[in-house]
Amino acid sequence: MTANVADRRSLPLQAVLVGFLIVWIIVAAFPFLWTLWGSFKVEGDFFSKADWTNALTGPMTRTETGGAFTGRGYQGAWVTNEFWRAGLNTLIVVVSVVTISLTFGTLGGYALARSGYRYVFWVLIVALVFRAMPHVTLVSGYLLPFFQWNLWGHLPTAIIVLVAINQPFTLWMLTSFFQNIPKDLDESAMVDGCSRFQAFRLVIIPVMWPGVITTGLFSFLLAYNDFAVTAMLLNQENQTMVPKIASFLGTTQTKGNVMFAVSAVVSATAPLFLLVMFFQRQIVSGLTAGAVKG
Amino acid sequence: MKHKTFLWFILPSALAMLLFIAMPIVSVLLQSVFAPHEQVIREVENCDVFGCKKSTIVDVEATAALREAAPMGRFVGTAIYTDRNHLALSEIGTIWSSATGAADFFKQVLNLPFYGALTFTLTYTALVTPLAILLGFSIALAVNAIPRFLRGPAIFFSLLPMIVTPLVGALILFWMVDARGILGVAIQSLVGDPDLSVKASTPMMWSMLIVYGVWSTAPFAFVVYYAGLQTVPQDTLESAMIDGATRWQRLRFVIIPHLLPLTTFLLLIKIMDNFRVFEPIVSFNAGAHAQSLSYFIYADLSATNRLLSSAAATSVLTILGVVVLLSPVIVHTWKSFGRTAS
Repeated sequence: MTANVADRRSLPLQAVLVGFLIVWIIVAAFPFLWTLWGSFKVEGDFFSKADWTNALTGPMTRTETGGAFTGRGYQGAWVTNEFWRAGLNTLIVVVSVVTISLTFGTLGGYALARSGYRYVFWVLIVALVFRAMPHVTLVSGYLLPFFQWNLWGHLPTAIIVLVAINQPFTLWMLTSFFQNIPKDLDESAMVDGCSRFQAFRLVIIPVMWPGVITTGLFSFLLAYNDFAVTAMLLNQENQTMVPKIASFLGTTQTKGNVMFAVSAVVSATAPLFLLVMFFQRQIVSGLTAGAVKG
Repeated sequence: MKHKTFLWFILPSALAMLLFIAMPIVSVLLQSVFAPHEQVIREVENCDVFGCKKSTIVDVEATAALREAAPMGRFVGTAIYTDRNHLALSEIGTIWSSATGAADFFKQVLNLPFYGALTFTLTYTALVTPLAILLGFSIALAVNAIPRFLRGPAIFFSLLPMIVTPLVGALILFWMVDARGILGVAIQSLVGDPDLSVKASTPMMWSMLIVYGVWSTAPFAFVVYYAGLQTVPQDTLESAMIDGATRWQRLRFVIIPHLLPLTTFLLLIKIMDNFRVFEPIVSFNAGAHAQSLSYFIYADLSATNRLLSSAAATSVLTILGVVVLLSPVIVHTWKSFGRTAS
């Protein structure tokens, strides 16, 4: 590729591009590394007005704890403030949301991709408008009925709400994915005597996994990253990680609590790092899938 | 596919969206025209040796009965929409007649909470969307220029700001620009003012939020453009070169037109996403300096007495905003769909 004539660049231009890229990568990655490093220090070092190198060397950490690194923030967050409970809730919410929304989404997306009627257009447009709804506006619609029917505060409520909020995007992704699976495949199965559902189960399900995994990654991100729904619809003990971090901030006045929040932030970011590491290809293809079509 | 089969396949998904997206919209519409019941006040007369005194007490039982009988509250029509916290019609009227000039008028209007939130939301959307798209495009060009084996890691690091939880990503930046954080101290020494604090100044808070917005949304534009760059027809590029086109001309007349549909797509997605900007304001604790429409609703909802009606009215206005923003897209899609169908 680089041997291509059109790709040859003059040296200064190449230098400018590479320089710009290096700056961008520092801007993109440095905050994470800085916070990861700082999460093992005490507050006086991570927030050091006197000398920013304190955060690197950690003199206060040394005097306060005896070592250059300390796990106090993590201990405070995970053990004292029971962040593990929030982690467990997040796990439950995320796994349920991904499973349910993929089940609903594959059925719906398959139907939308295979039906040639005009209402398909309307379903997709309505889904697009729903996709644009700010989540908080929906939340303000939930609160009153949920209070009245005693649904407020429970994990299943948040799960089904997140599934619903997830549906528009899932439908769009999976519809365009199913459109790329040749129609002949399931139609020939139906000629052989399968019902529509049998054709879906026996012919389509075995070949749909790449698209489903990509869509699942984005459902995961939506459920994992959500703040509006989980913060407003879950009670204290059912809180997931993100609202729990936000609640740490409310109590930042006491010394040391900031470091709990810093450690919790690092802990909540770690799974996302791994996700990008293992699924980079799928994430990139998923992000571009909608664009290439539209 | 038969109508009936289609219905069964789409049913779970449609039901979920109907119950938890369409119904809440109806619910906010209803809530926005009802206000909570006022407490029933009863006048009682207490008589003792010094004579009789009249006093008022809250009739708890009657209040509870009223709430039980009509849980939605009392019907107030559009009163909530026009009150001071929303469209503030009468306040605007007063300002209109008292303002000394156009600048003064707008300044006073922006102090009204709803208009302030609307202005910030629109400013944020209008600035972050093009800046992020431009930055993303530049990153895509740069990544395209480096050797193939380096592109994987470059993409990995570039994806991080987008993939990270918005609340968490904004917090990470917020701690760095804290008056004692590494960037905050750097800014202080650059400006030469050791007491400078981002938290205390409205313009700096707005810029920080916009910087965060660009930082977190540029990767999406980058990935889309990077994928688009891989599909630029090499033949066209080469023939343009043979015709004597410079590098800039090739970019201007071959690559950018090729990527134009992607830009439309990005604009659509990013305008939708930026319009609901919310989490960074929570993270930056910026409510005093910058409120977005979403944050405005959130603040009402998380107030101790949960201002549901007020939040509902703002929600309805926000939804109207979304529809207005999306209408060109819907009309366009409808036209192109009509062409292919006929």
